[in-house]
Amino acid sequence: MTPDAEWDEGSPERLYVLTGGRSGSEETGLDLVTLIMARTAPRIGMQPEHESILRVCQSPLSVVEISAHLELPVSIVTVLLADLLAEDHVEARTPVPSLPDIDIIKAVIHGLQNL
Amino acid sequence: MDSRTSETVGPRSEDALPSSATSAVKIVIVGGFGVGKTTLVRSVSEIRPLTTEETMTQASVSVDDLAGVERKRMTTVAMDFGRISLNDELVLYVFGTPGQQRFWFLWNGLFEGALGAVVLVDTRRLEASFDVLGRLEESQTPFVVAVNAFDGAPSYADEELREALDLADDVPLLMCDARSRESSKDVLLSLMRHLYSLAMTSEATT
Ligand SMILES: Nc1nc2c(ncn2[C@@H]2O[C@H](COP(=O)(O)OP(=O)(O)OP(=O)(O)O)[C@@H](O)[C@H]2O)c(=O)[nH]1
Ligand SMILES: [Mg+2]
Repeated sequence: MTPDAEWDEGSPERLYVLTGGRSGSEETGLDLVTLIMARTAPRIGMQPEHESILRVCQSPLSVVEISAHLELPVSIVTVLLADLLAEDHVEARTPVPSLPDIDIIKAVIHGLQNL
Repeated sequence: MDSRTSETVGPRSEDALPSSATSAVKIVIVGGFGVGKTTLVRSVSEIRPLTTEETMTQASVSVDDLAGVERKRMTTVAMDFGRISLNDELVLYVFGTPGQQRFWFLWNGLFEGALGAVVLVDTRRLEASFDVLGRLEESQTPFVVAVNAFDGAPSYADEELREALDLADDVPLLMCDARSRESSKDVLLSLMRHLYSLAMTSEATT
């Protein structure tokens, strides 16, 4: 492959480079809808994808929305978020427990009725 | 249509969640090709619906491969979703699965932790729902069945539909128009009321 061969944005090679070869299956405890919020401002010299995450997470944003806005697969975003979490650049807000309790169900019903 | 043409990446300022938002729940819309999943997501979402893509690796063994060597095939699968702010803290995400059913259950974390699912049904192609109904039952994901009433589609009595779809008596079945916000909201509400009664029943028995 020539060095400047055009690569597909979503190609395995590009994704490999973005994540340093780690797989997205590492245990991060992040759900598709875990809300992420930046704790620090993007800094010069950061990996561009890390910087983009900090920029879109100035207000809370779910993992899957970050994926949609950055046009990167969720599995890649999860790895990038693990880096940012490790350095306290972002916070992951408490996810909802997997078994919904009655209070959450009531809150959803109430919220939908008020739409 | 194309988000790449917008000059800045990220949510529009009017779509930003308040910083008080702390937790989120999800509901998954499933159903056959062209049954109205994306339309329903669009009808209820408060933000312009978004799309995320994931690359799936599928192991495939070709029949005429005598050695039976597994080959990996990469497939890109897209998923639409929308968002509703329920109150200052709680956010609801609604996912519209892609038409190719075999990918739904491969999508990591889509069903885990989901409140439940809505099975959208087109009466012209009832058989498109058989597989997913079986899988939801297997994975013990609570669900309701909503018949998206297309013009000219045959209408059946509830009992006939229940029998054709082999639905348990306690699974809610309702008619809807995925193009209508009110009707789509009612579909989500019927799922939530179903969850409420399931939670009350299990509380009473423990
Ligand atoms: N008449 C009528 N048309 C509908 C209704 N809901 C959706 N449609 C139309 O049906 C077509 C398919 O709807 P989609 O929402 O794209 O269906 P989908 O389930 O997301 O399709 P796939 O993602 O391809 O599986 C669109 O042209 C919609 O405008 C409905 O309730 N009544
Ligand atoms: Mg669709």
